[in-house]
Amino acid sequence: MDMTELHNIVRVSGVTKVFTLKKHKVEALRGVDLEIRSGEYLSIMGPSGSGKSTLFNMIGGLDKPTSGKVFIDEVDIAQLDAYELAWLRCRKIGYIFQTFNLIQVMTALENVTLPMIFGGMHNDAAVQKGLELLDLVGLGERFRHKPSELSGGQQQRVAIARAMANDPAIILADEPTGNLDLSTGEEIIELLKRLSEEKGVTIISATHDFKMLSVSDRVVWIRDGRIDKVEEREQLSISVGEIAHRL
Amino acid sequence: MLNTGKEEKTEISRQVVLPFKKSLEISFQSIRVRFFRSMITTMSLVLAVSFLSFVRVGTDAANGLLATGDPELHQSLVNAGYDLEPGATATGSSAKERWIVILSLLVCVVGIINAQLMAVTERFREIGTIKCLGALDSFVLRLFVLEAGMQGLAGAGLGSLLGGVAALLSTLIRFGFPAWQHISWLAVGQSIGFATVIGCLLSLLGVLYPAMVAARMQPVEAMRVEQ
Repeated sequence: MDMTELHNIVRVSGVTKVFTLKKHKVEALRGVDLEIRSGEYLSIMGPSGSGKSTLFNMIGGLDKPTSGKVFIDEVDIAQLDAYELAWLRCRKIGYIFQTFNLIQVMTALENVTLPMIFGGMHNDAAVQKGLELLDLVGLGERFRHKPSELSGGQQQRVAIARAMANDPAIILADEPTGNLDLSTGEEIIELLKRLSEEKGVTIISATHDFKMLSVSDRVVWIRDGRIDKVEEREQLSISVGEIAHRL
Repeated sequence: MLNTGKEEKTEISRQVVLPFKKSLEISFQSIRVRFFRSMITTMSLVLAVSFLSFVRVGTDAANGLLATGDPELHQSLVNAGYDLEPGATATGSSAKERWIVILSLLVCVVGIINAQLMAVTERFREIGTIKCLGALDSFVLRLFVLEAGMQGLAGAGLGSLLGGVAALLSTLIRFGFPAWQHISWLAVGQSIGFATVIGCLLSLLGVLYPAMVAARMQPVEAMRVEQ
């Protein structure tokens, strides 16, 4: 193992999260510790209501833990002010959503260039890079199309290109295949895997899509707000037969 | 500050920006795409401002006629419903008229606030998404204010011109050509300009609260699936 693989890009330490709903306290997370290595492809698996999405939002700096800490690149994100958080979201993290979340009024190219504009890149350079990224995800010809003129799979490709725009260290994918059919989902998973290998970007995806398992380096199983177990890839191939029973 | 440890990349300036030209572009595009909706939002402004402009230009025309000192024109003004002292050389809009104008402007602001709040709700996910992409609160605020500014300028400009033209035509019909001979075109221009400025201000006033709601929204909202 070389140095980069030893480096923890994300460290979650003793994180709990309590939601208060009409005087009822719901413990979404009850103490989660997790270390994510730079460059790995990690899947967070678990049934809905398991705290999977909550953990995922914590890692992305979208939500703050009730107690415990989340470190990204060894920086405690609770210590960051609004400006630094925005910078983190812009430059360090790329987000991919289940519902694609492209800006409907913008073309594919404009969607991809927007984070680069925020990042301070010059417009021409951003357009140039945006076209390259769309090419990379196989949509080079369709850069002028609006999201409504693209299929679900194509929209998700644009979203992936957008997530890659500022060369982030981490890509967070929340159920990236949730709204896609089987074969399109597979294509998206393959694309993510290829990008993680080519660009060395850390991919963290929350999912309950079993197709994700075969490409993941590690799988974290969440159950009732706790980490049930963490499986390395080698262990996975052994237990793959019993997975269907687990959920 | 963010500290990536030993290998800190200081050469990359840590900035999050949205150039003004780009924000103008985005807001303009936003209006263009939702043209019908923007038009309805703007319509109440057009109506209220044209009323304001109508009243003011009408007063300008009456003042022009009064300034001639012609008793016949004076009489025709009184006949037309103007409350005039004998020998008066200038008139203002009546108190009742002013109240109706102010009321219509108030209703218009409430209408704008309502429409803009709807727009914010409608665009929850869009706002959350751009915040996930690194937008600061101020970017969102700026986009909404710019949109409202453009809508305000277009709506108020159109409204004050419409109101002014309507007032001029109505004085022409009621008092004949003398109305146009004696009118102070400078005053008419000022009235139309005044109505436009008031309209723009109202549009900005109306968007302030909705834009603040939008700007304060947490990016996590974008992740919530509500279908």
